[in-house]
Amino acid sequence: MFEKTKEISVLKEVARNVRIDLLRALHHAKSGHTGGSLSSVEILVTLYFSELRHDPTHPRWEDRDRFILSKGHGVPALYSVLANAGYFPREDLMTLRKPGSRLQGHPEYDLDIGIEATTGSLGHGLSASNGIALAAKMDGKNIRVYALLSDGELQEGATWEAITTSAYRKLDNLCAIVDRNRFQNDGAMDKIKDIEPVADKWLAFGWEVEVLPDGHDFSSLLGAFDRARRTKGKPFVIIANTIKGKGVSIFENQGKYHGVAPTDDELEIALNELGEAA
Amino acid sequence: MSRSKVSDFVLDEVTEHVYIREVYGKTLVELGSKYPDLVVLDADLTVSTKTNLFGKEFPHRFFSMGVSEQDMMATAAGFALYGKIPFASTFAVFATGRAWEHIRQSIAFPKLNVKIVSTHAGVTVGEDGATHQALEDIALMRVLPNMTVIVPADSVETEKVIKTIIEHKGPTYVRLARPKFPTIFKKSYGFEVGKAPVLREGKHVGIFALGIMVYESLQAAKILEKEGISASVVNVSTVKPIDVQTIVEIARLTGAVVTAEDHSIIGGLGGAVAEVLGEYCPTPMKRIGMKDRFGTSGDGMKLLEYFGLKAKNIVQAVHELLEFNSNRKSVGL
Ligand SMILES: Cc1ncc(C[n+]2csc(CCOP(=O)(O)OP(=O)(O)O)c2C)c(N)n1
Repeated sequence: MFEKTKEISVLKEVARNVRIDLLRALHHAKSGHTGGSLSSVEILVTLYFSELRHDPTHPRWEDRDRFILSKGHGVPALYSVLANAGYFPREDLMTLRKPGSRLQGHPEYDLDIGIEATTGSLGHGLSASNGIALAAKMDGKNIRVYALLSDGELQEGATWEAITTSAYRKLDNLCAIVDRNRFQNDGAMDKIKDIEPVADKWLAFGWEVEVLPDGHDFSSLLGAFDRARRTKGKPFVIIANTIKGKGVSIFENQGKYHGVAPTDDELEIALNELGEAA
Repeated sequence: MSRSKVSDFVLDEVTEHVYIREVYGKTLVELGSKYPDLVVLDADLTVSTKTNLFGKEFPHRFFSMGVSEQDMMATAAGFALYGKIPFASTFAVFATGRAWEHIRQSIAFPKLNVKIVSTHAGVTVGEDGATHQALEDIALMRVLPNMTVIVPADSVETEKVIKTIIEHKGPTYVRLARPKFPTIFKKSYGFEVGKAPVLREGKHVGIFALGIMVYESLQAAKILEKEGISASVVNVSTVKPIDVQTIVEIARLTGAVVTAEDHSIIGGLGGAVAEVLGEYCPTPMKRIGMKDRFGTSGDGMKLLEYFGLKAKNIVQAVHELLEFNSNRKSVGL
């Protein structure tokens, strides 16, 4: 059950369980986004098991920090983290992508299971986060807002409109994280539409920027979130260099596992590598 | 007797199911050599829309634009301003939703020769769920002046539509879907912009359908025939400009109309037919489609069942409609 911690070995074990659960759910659903779910795991585990002020038994607590998954297709990772934190039973993960299930293919606003916003169309989440951050400031609330973006999302014009707003409005209660796995649907980003120099762009737009060479390393993530919380007068972005498909050798850096679920054989390999008997 | 006449370009039986988006990709490849001005743009969904097939053959005329739908549409406008023939593709929800105003200002208003071919329209998108299921795209495109709107019913029609619109000047929207569609037409089927072919002629009810619902409507007509009800089935693949003449003729003949679409009943085919009949031939009607609601995750074809978009639902609507008409008659209306 849920307990916040900065103990790296504990976070690692949570991440392992989250990977196992999300892969089983995707395999059972027979469709969904494997690569971009696996790349976000450590970021989400750090947020929900260490950084965020939240209470899975009181998901509507008014003063909770907010997390918006702007890269909505990565939601299997979020569902899995929420289940492991106790928002809903882990068995429910097997209803992923089924009619009537609360665990829809893309997240749908549903506070009781910890989903703070409807996303899935890329390029909306940071604007929504700005809205929450502005409202919280307006009411003098000490609420922090976190938004996880994909690097592909940085090709959407709307994302840059939001980036401009956060900086102009000095939203120091906002922290964006970019899951920089360097792949999009059509392949490697530098072969489709390169977005470099990413850090310089955010900097030029007025953000405090921290680049993490390894976005799967818990101690760097913990440190970055700590600095984000202590930064005043500006929004803070963590550009986390990650590996698409992280944790399962056959999926790592393989563009084709962006939008497909593991087959029976692939799940078996994956579970073996994660130290779990199939 | 109540037998209805089936047009000779309709297959007696369905023997194959085909991804119409794959037909789109293959047709683009075929057109690539014939039309050196053809360029294809896509917004990071090239494998799903099948424009990647064109990209492999003609890499210098293929533009994978990234996750940038608005940028893609206005860039396509630029290609058309120069004199190229741009085809721009992505999922229907992003093509018509995200980039709507770019289409309105930069493509429809100046009447530019841009072909927007979307895929993954309707609930048959399946597991990706409501955020990805465009149920409003026909309405969004139909409302734009100068825009031609076409929804093919199977693989044969898809190929003919793509080959026709490349010669048809002006802004055009073509709506394709994700799953395999049953092939219902013979190769002899002829597509013409603005003509709604009558697939089956019967006198008791007129069923107007598009996309996957044309197959369901033909199935419904077979069931109805066994009950002694003869149904006309019309493929309204061109939603705009709509074939007023055929719609009014069938409505006059039958006095009872059902529309069927994998789209919202507001603003789509149901809306379009109601507009025509309201002005020219008021006729009792029922609309089969998404009833002012969003979709859900699930197997795409099974969702047709889940949302009441199957032949049996059309049959039921016909029953209700005919009963309504006979009640009206009995009180002298
Ligand atoms: C507006 C919009 N356009 C297109 C898509 C379809 N789509 C889903 S994921 C994706 C790109 C995946 O790459 P990235 O955003 O970098 O995600 P990650 O690699 O983290 O999975 C695309 C184009 C979408 N969800 N939203």
